[in-house]
Amino acid sequence: MVERPTTPPPLQGPTAKEKKYDRQLRLWAASGQQALEDAKVLLLNTGPGVVGVETLKNLILPGVGDYTIVDDVDVAEKDLGVNFFLEESSLGKSRAEETCKFLQELNLEVKGHAIQKSVEAFVEKPTILDNYTLIILIGPTKASGLLENISQHAWKSSIPLFYVHCAGFFSHFSVQLPAQFPIIDTHPDPASTQDLRLLNPWPELLIFMREKVGNLPWLSDHEHGHVPYLLLLLHFLVVWKATRNGKPPASYSEKKEFAALVAAGARTNNAEGGEENFDEATANVLKSLNPPSISSGLRDVFEADDCKILKNDSANFWIMAHAIEKFHTANKGLLPLPGALPDMKAQSSDYIKIQNIYKAKARSDLAEVTAIVRQLEKDLDRRTPIEDKEIEAFCKGAQFVKLIKGRPLRVAKSTESLDWSDRAEVLSMELENQKMVGLDSLLPIYFAFLALDRHNDEISRLEQSRREPNPLKDIPGARDVSGAVFPSPKFAESAHFYTPAVNSEKDPKPWPRFDTPEARETFDNVVKELDRANGAELHNIAALTGGMVAQEVIKVITKQYVPVDNTCVFDGIASKTAVFNI
Amino acid sequence: MTTLANGPKPSRERWRYLDNFLNKPGPTSDPDWLPGEQTINGLETSKVLVIGAGGLGCEILKNLALSGFKDIHVIDMDTIDVSNLNRQFLFREADVGKSKAECAAAFVEKRIQGVKITPFNGKIQDKAEEYYMQFKMVVCGLDSIEARRWINATLVGMVDMENPESLKPLIDGGTEGFKGQARVILPTMNACIECQLDMHAPRAAVPLCTLATIPRQPAHCIEWAHIIAWEEHRKDEVLDTDDPEHITWLYQKALARAQEFNIPGVTYSMTQGVVKNIIPAIASTNAIIAASCCNEAFKIATSCNPWLQNYMMYSGDEGVYTYTFETEQKEDCPVCGNLAKNLTVNPNMTLQEFIDSLGERAEAQLKKPTLRTEEKSLYSQFPASLREQTAPNLTKKLSELVENGEEIGVSDPAFAIAFKYKLVFSS
Ligand SMILES: [Zn+2]
Repeated sequence: MVERPTTPPPLQGPTAKEKKYDRQLRLWAASGQQALEDAKVLLLNTGPGVVGVETLKNLILPGVGDYTIVDDVDVAEKDLGVNFFLEESSLGKSRAEETCKFLQELNLEVKGHAIQKSVEAFVEKPTILDNYTLIILIGPTKASGLLENISQHAWKSSIPLFYVHCAGFFSHFSVQLPAQFPIIDTHPDPASTQDLRLLNPWPELLIFMREKVGNLPWLSDHEHGHVPYLLLLLHFLVVWKATRNGKPPASYSEKKEFAALVAAGARTNNAEGGEENFDEATANVLKSLNPPSISSGLRDVFEADDCKILKNDSANFWIMAHAIEKFHTANKGLLPLPGALPDMKAQSSDYIKIQNIYKAKARSDLAEVTAIVRQLEKDLDRRTPIEDKEIEAFCKGAQFVKLIKGRPLRVAKSTESLDWSDRAEVLSMELENQKMVGLDSLLPIYFAFLALDRHNDEISRLEQSRREPNPLKDIPGARDVSGAVFPSPKFAESAHFYTPAVNSEKDPKPWPRFDTPEARETFDNVVKELDRANGAELHNIAALTGGMVAQEVIKVITKQYVPVDNTCVFDGIASKTAVFNI
Repeated sequence: MTTLANGPKPSRERWRYLDNFLNKPGPTSDPDWLPGEQTINGLETSKVLVIGAGGLGCEILKNLALSGFKDIHVIDMDTIDVSNLNRQFLFREADVGKSKAECAAAFVEKRIQGVKITPFNGKIQDKAEEYYMQFKMVVCGLDSIEARRWINATLVGMVDMENPESLKPLIDGGTEGFKGQARVILPTMNACIECQLDMHAPRAAVPLCTLATIPRQPAHCIEWAHIIAWEEHRKDEVLDTDDPEHITWLYQKALARAQEFNIPGVTYSMTQGVVKNIIPAIASTNAIIAASCCNEAFKIATSCNPWLQNYMMYSGDEGVYTYTFETEQKEDCPVCGNLAKNLTVNPNMTLQEFIDSLGERAEAQLKKPTLRTEEKSLYSQFPASLREQTAPNLTKKLSELVENGEEIGVSDPAFAIAFKYKLVFSS
């Protein structure tokens, strides 16, 4: 073997932390990791308490900054059969402290705190919630007032709140995001992000196209077979437009015709019987020749009041969105060029040249947007300028930004019906549509969990009235005429009578239409199955739900990818999920 | 029945939550099912094999132990790396370098009283049919498609119609980033992994001529360093992608090449990603997929509810989306079907080109195939004498070697069985 000096270490070799987190940094990069490490997550735990602990496991491993477990239960024998983060020696000790301790072992860089208190006692002063970045509340809560309290405070303070149920083979979680939750880095599918702007080429691109393709028929076979497809399409667009009043192919059939024109330009008198670059060109006709348009997500952003009317303290997002909207109008519907180029058959130098032409254009678009942003900042008298890299990220992903409109949680109470008038139509349609394609909607699972909440609220109300010695102060309906307290109802019976009603003045037809036998049967089966569970968690379902909730928490904390909007149910019998905007 | 277990038998109170499902029927459980002692006994005596003790495997072991299984075996040939610690929660920094199977087994056994976990630090191919015959079912958490195909073919091959015990359900999970899938395979009864192979097509390889003459992407430069430069400068050494010196060498070669062609973007991390074919992996996705697999294992072992028919795909990139459906068993599946699979080929392609294409075709994915027709050997990788004897065929056109529609047998050292294909000439 040849003597060879050992390779010196690379200048930008990975740090110990980069090594440990390598597999996730490839998903959310250093910026996402920083957001995660800055986050303080609060778990308000009740019931068997497994799903919350499993969620935390999936947040502690990737390095969430800080977690707090609030739980007032002492570890019992039955906990050891379902919760992995306890051991024999935990018996009789605080469950908050024991689970906190065993979770802490997973990652010493994370700070864990245990608070041995009931959720009610902990949120007695709800401002305590303001110490946290995100709250995970495990249901059912003892009474609806508690859930309402937490939900209202989180809403007021714009703290994302996850409300989770996990019982038997079913689970549910609802995400209460702030009223406006914009996401810039949605990580769209790379195949869908190509904006080559072929219908609106700029001078530098056209000059290079003429230089390379001007004498197409006289090119050598090698050169001809290596003209990048993007230039071929530009060239044939010029040819096409010359005979069509300067109009590019628009309809599907015109595009087909155009593709045939391109294909006919390939040389076939070679060993392969064609040319790869021409194949790529024809394959990209449908995808690349679309007039500029904006996604529905971006339209939502442009149309939001916060985008139209800027204030001195508007979030950076809205200043940038406003600037992009101005750019969009000034450039006849174009968005800033993202600047990325897909790989294509080409000589290295030609490809790099085109790549640089696209990058230069992206930079000049970015400069235009930045100038608008700076002017807005001046006009609004804002002190801290938005960072350049933030504007750059927005320009790159403008087409794919999303605005999620958070909504307060629905709180099921024993004393009043939920008002569904704003969602009745959409949700009825969900039931109808699923029936039409021969599937059972999973919506009844969500309603069964609401029924469970309502049932718990009722029990708590009855218990309270039992403790109340003075019947005059009694809660209405808690005692019969003789003054005796009613027996506590069983869940299966009480759920049966629980059908959410709508405001009959706004919607004269009663809803939901559980009169469809399918929906009624699903609902009844879910209730029976929940009754079988009798509050028990199955470890698998808790682990699975903990995985789903953790994914969503990570998306909310990093503001990357797109979180659930806003309610998700899992059916562990059919192995299916569904998402509803409730 | 728990004589196998470690420590004293804990009281049944510990399993109070689980027993709600084992002692009572539900609205969708099989009406003929008998809940109670018999079901509990069945669960506790079901011997389960877990293949893989990595991201999925750690979760699977925890989940099975907390689902009431008492006798679990686990196979893994890997040792613990520091990059595992962001998700493989049974391992600590001090465990780096130790056997995954042994570490994981010891941890779960210590944490959960009454469960016995038997590790095997080695390859699945080291074990014979008799070994696999002892299990009630197999749960797979692997990142290698080859190992999946091997165990699939082995379990399909073990099925003896006279002996119902020979049918071992295979529950398989896989993840990538925020996505994953879980599937239940009843060998010979429904679609097997080979039937579904084209759903997991490999990424198209970059043509060698692009790497050699016209690189455009940073990955092209890295692949060039990996495939061409290493062979040129260090051919006597085996490339070890876990050796930082090797990766650094490749990175610097790739960087120099990229600079020569003005290609931006080669980084150390990308070099590692391309060379090791790194798939992003996170704890939460592993939790979802592993739990889904174990949920199915639990339902199969207890009959307490119906199980998955037969594939669930999960995607968490944009909201939460699952697609649960039944994949069809294929008549021409080379493993569980009766008919040879049609492969459409250009009759003018050489045997060498055909062999290369077998590695890339989604429905074949065979890297070192040996091919024969019913009468003659077309090309044999081993032994060397036969390889030399058949090598001249490599430059011949397919039309000179086989008839249109002729059946060929293809074997590959990565698999225990031969695949049957029917070569159909394209017109
Ligand atoms: Zn098959």
